[in-house]
Amino acid sequence: MNPDRNLGALLNGTLHDTLVVSLPHFRPELCLAATIVLLLLCRMVPLLRLVDSGFIALGGVLFSLFFAWDDILSLRAGAWSSSIGDLLAGRQELFGGLLAFDSLTAYIRLLLAGFLVLFILFTKVSGIPDREDGADFYTLVLGATLGMCLMASANHLLMVFMAVEMASVPSYALAGLLKGRKASSEAALKYAVYGAGAAGVMLYGLSLLAGVLGTCHLPTMARELAALDAMWMPGGTGLALAIGGLMVAVGLAFKLSAVPFHFWCPDVFAGAAAEVGAFLSVASKAAAVALLLRVAFGLGTTGPGPEHVAQMASLGETRHFIVGGIALLAALTCTLGNLAAYGQTNMKRLLAYSTIAHAGYLMMGVAAAVALAGRDAEATRSAVAAVCFYLGTYVFMNLAAFAIVALLRNSLRSEEIASYAGLIRSNPGIVVATGVVLVSLIGLPPLAGFVSKFLVFSSVMEAVMLGAERPLMLVLLVVGGANTVISLFYYLRVLKVMTFDPPPADRTADAFPLVSIPGALVTALVVPVVSLGIFWSGLYAFARFAGAFAS
Amino acid sequence: MGIAPILAVTQPAFWPLTLILFLPAIVAGILALPLIPRGKDDSIRWVGLATTIVVFVLSLWMAVPAIFGTGSAGQFTVGEAGMQAVVDQPWIPAFNINYLLGVDGISMPLVLLTTFLSVLAAAASWPIEKHVRPYWILFLLLETGMIGVFVSLDFFLFYVFWEVMLLPMYFLIGIWGGPRREYAAIKFFLYTLAGSVLMLLAILMLYFASDVGTLSDEQLIASHVVSPVLEGAERTAALTAIHSAHDAGKPVHTFNILALAAIGQSQNSPFAATSFWGMTLESWAFLLLLIGFVIKVPVVPVHTWLPDAHVEAPTPISMILAGVLLKLGGYGIIRICYPICPGAGLSFAWLVCGLGVVSMVYGAFAALAQKDFKRMVAYSSVSHMGYVMLGLGVWSAVDGHGYQWDAWAQGVNGAMFQMLAHGISSAGMFFMVGVLYDRVHHRNLEEFGGIFNRMPLYASLAVAIFFAGLGLPGMCGFIGEVLVTLSSWNYSRLLAVCSAFTVILTAAYILWAIQRVYLGAEYKGPHGDHLTPMTRRELAIAVPLVVLAVVFGVAPQLIFNYVTPTVNRQVETLAEWTRGHDGASAPAGAAASTDPEKAEFQAAIDSFSVGGGR
Repeated sequence: MNPDRNLGALLNGTLHDTLVVSLPHFRPELCLAATIVLLLLCRMVPLLRLVDSGFIALGGVLFSLFFAWDDILSLRAGAWSSSIGDLLAGRQELFGGLLAFDSLTAYIRLLLAGFLVLFILFTKVSGIPDREDGADFYTLVLGATLGMCLMASANHLLMVFMAVEMASVPSYALAGLLKGRKASSEAALKYAVYGAGAAGVMLYGLSLLAGVLGTCHLPTMARELAALDAMWMPGGTGLALAIGGLMVAVGLAFKLSAVPFHFWCPDVFAGAAAEVGAFLSVASKAAAVALLLRVAFGLGTTGPGPEHVAQMASLGETRHFIVGGIALLAALTCTLGNLAAYGQTNMKRLLAYSTIAHAGYLMMGVAAAVALAGRDAEATRSAVAAVCFYLGTYVFMNLAAFAIVALLRNSLRSEEIASYAGLIRSNPGIVVATGVVLVSLIGLPPLAGFVSKFLVFSSVMEAVMLGAERPLMLVLLVVGGANTVISLFYYLRVLKVMTFDPPPADRTADAFPLVSIPGALVTALVVPVVSLGIFWSGLYAFARFAGAFAS
Repeated sequence: MGIAPILAVTQPAFWPLTLILFLPAIVAGILALPLIPRGKDDSIRWVGLATTIVVFVLSLWMAVPAIFGTGSAGQFTVGEAGMQAVVDQPWIPAFNINYLLGVDGISMPLVLLTTFLSVLAAAASWPIEKHVRPYWILFLLLETGMIGVFVSLDFFLFYVFWEVMLLPMYFLIGIWGGPRREYAAIKFFLYTLAGSVLMLLAILMLYFASDVGTLSDEQLIASHVVSPVLEGAERTAALTAIHSAHDAGKPVHTFNILALAAIGQSQNSPFAATSFWGMTLESWAFLLLLIGFVIKVPVVPVHTWLPDAHVEAPTPISMILAGVLLKLGGYGIIRICYPICPGAGLSFAWLVCGLGVVSMVYGAFAALAQKDFKRMVAYSSVSHMGYVMLGLGVWSAVDGHGYQWDAWAQGVNGAMFQMLAHGISSAGMFFMVGVLYDRVHHRNLEEFGGIFNRMPLYASLAVAIFFAGLGLPGMCGFIGEVLVTLSSWNYSRLLAVCSAFTVILTAAYILWAIQRVYLGAEYKGPHGDHLTPMTRRELAIAVPLVVLAVVFGVAPQLIFNYVTPTVNRQVETLAEWTRGHDGASAPAGAAASTDPEKAEFQAAIDSFSVGGGR
């Protein structure tokens, strides 16, 4: 065959794949990229420098949000019902298999874009970054979010690595945003060193996996794994795979701030501004959980349909390995996060450990989902839906928590828990808002955090009842239940300080009142925490839609 | 759920029950708005009190049609055993969670007790000067939570209300309590939350094991899985959907307590399948639920939160705690544990009874040893709630007794009566202690004495209430204790002897307390000059309690008219279930002998009425 024609066909195919198939599903990311360019260009033109970069970023993100919503609508046909068949048509591989576009991609992108809108509004209210730093800050934030969108849709191990790096590198710079503060620089350095180490280990793991399986494309890897299983592990292959898998897990665990790769988290949260903490705690976590779902399901399952039944069965060993790893990490992360939160006196540090603990609960849901895969499609979908629902409520809970910390810092000049003493006397509204958020983080009804926990626990329980990885799932249930009880202490301690304790004698300024712009922001974030706890059918329908990706 | 479907509700009980349930919470929300300016504390108090009164009147309208004229739709029919005034609206269709409310002979009196005690506790809250507005907001939220537990028939909803109570209670103890309030508040919260988490696991376990497709059409309609409102084709479609899902191997799970009970009592119940470590699923569920409930009751050895919480809580909150919150545990056992997990109930009967007797005896001895007046009353609650456990637990309708259920029914009726009576007497006792504490600011039993001379009216009322707690014949405390003790004789002589022996201990600690506090020559403790007579507000709280303590003592059928039909039906059903469970054929004479025995039991109940006419 003529090599020129061959090349031409290849080019044509690529062009078609890129322009016709991939780019229409890539509009939210393109919007983010265009906004970044715009933000940078605006700095070069003196007149445009007067435009507040926050609003440029907000505009770009709103476009991105619109396209993300449009993507959901395009997938929706028949998706609100539980019929799975209609949705699977929605799965497409973009850019030659590097990315996957399906309901999970669409859901997480919508979540991230929606979060960014709220986040930018929050930063405008809280005043960090100032005008000078604005362009840098929003460029970094949008860049990291771009990486997170890629994390949520990665379908290829190279893309996994690229996306993780793309999300991480801007985050390192964000952590050091408070330039004058030593703690902030230290946080950035620690984060960067940790991140670099984790990335290196992960890359090594990727190369091991790719070397054994001959590909980095996740679905192809799963098929190779299934074929390998038939003649289980000749020579050192099994060992190489296991080590490779664990090394990839290191990278993922770093992004999830899972124990024992969590050490950066409290220091970064405490050193960086609360705004950055909010971004890392919500967006980064959502993307990391989505990536975990992608990798776990990518390696542990093949596509649906009768032709894959045998492959699904022979992947059982792989799934067992994945579930074991995730469950172990989940139990450790949850327990250690909750126990370490006890001794904290700084609110941001406490929230950092709370974030770690919640990563544990989320991973329990992922473990249950993988355990159920191949047993019961409907239950698997529910388990993924539980995780997605959790992420949806987590946006409001944690953004509200960090918003309160940041806004109280602006008025009280302190982020120590002790400085909140007796706030109920002067600012009952703020204390109630904080109470709602913290109680929701404990997971008590009728708040959103309870529903999330309920859904995750019910998925784990369903796995127990269906006999999927029963001992592990039982352990997870016990650990999760016990952790709910022990987490009560430290969340309530904050409330106790705010309500029971007398105000410090040297307090000069009062906190902001509820009837003000910051107060309105807090209210806007807290109202969904309550309403999603009572009327959660709507968000759950969305989450189930996202869960369709797994079945 | 939009507005339109709510307005189109055709269930007659929707608005009455919903109002009883949510009016306190709505008013709490309104109080949170800055409508009443700062400093107008009395207005807030009046709004709060008025709310509790309205809710009480509403519940009275529902529960006692005789007062308001019978016949209105949505009212309660006394003497009917089944679930009444059922409200059924979809809430979370994805999990088959419904806004499912209803009352029967077990829950209606408890709802009435709750709304009644809330009025009295609201009146007793007048002396609270600190942070008046938040106090009343939390108080009203607490009322919604308590009523919600009693009227919920959906397990998810039940759990939500169960948890909703915790936070208000935590703050009510933690902010307005005594010196060790923070410790007591967190201890209360922690104990209950630990129990609730176990309960949640049991709920999920039962949910995933349940399949409403195994029920018959009649059962599906009776348990409101398929709304009885549906007619004709709609009903058929709903039933067919469930059965075809079942036949296709896709179980339809449920949180519906009535449906779970029907499933649990069915032949080949899925709950009876062996699950973990050789125990059946229902055994695990029963144990997990039981732990959750007995923490609330509370039962030795998980009772230690109670003395602390009671002692540190302000007087009105102690009244609510003792009068209502403890009943939630007993209610949970009778409504959920036994009907849903009958197999486990049968095999763990000794455990429930044993726990009851142990806390009965331990609580009495501990009460004897107390120096703090309020702590003594708190331990008396532990002891008295032990009777409830014993009465609920005497599963005497077994093979050896020819599946005779009347003795057991006597026990459960006694337990229900004991719950209501204890609600009156313990709230009264805590209030009486509070009256004294408000004046002299101490509770040391050793430093009292001679109160009779200083406050004769108060002392007479207090002694009357304490006698009710003691279980003096003619007072409300007697009926429950004696029924429980009698019924346990049939089950185990040893337990009956222990519980009879406890009556002596009870008499000992109460009489001794009366002697140390009210009798004696003169009051020598601190603040003697503050021993002023009771105010009218205090009288308005104390007198109804004393009157009710006497009325229920002489006319117990006022309560039994409500309780007995439902309890008897439940016990009879479970006794029948036991017979089927054992697989034994019915002894020929057993069925015939049931009726005379029932009549005899009714006669026994009636014989307690001295003056009250039927």
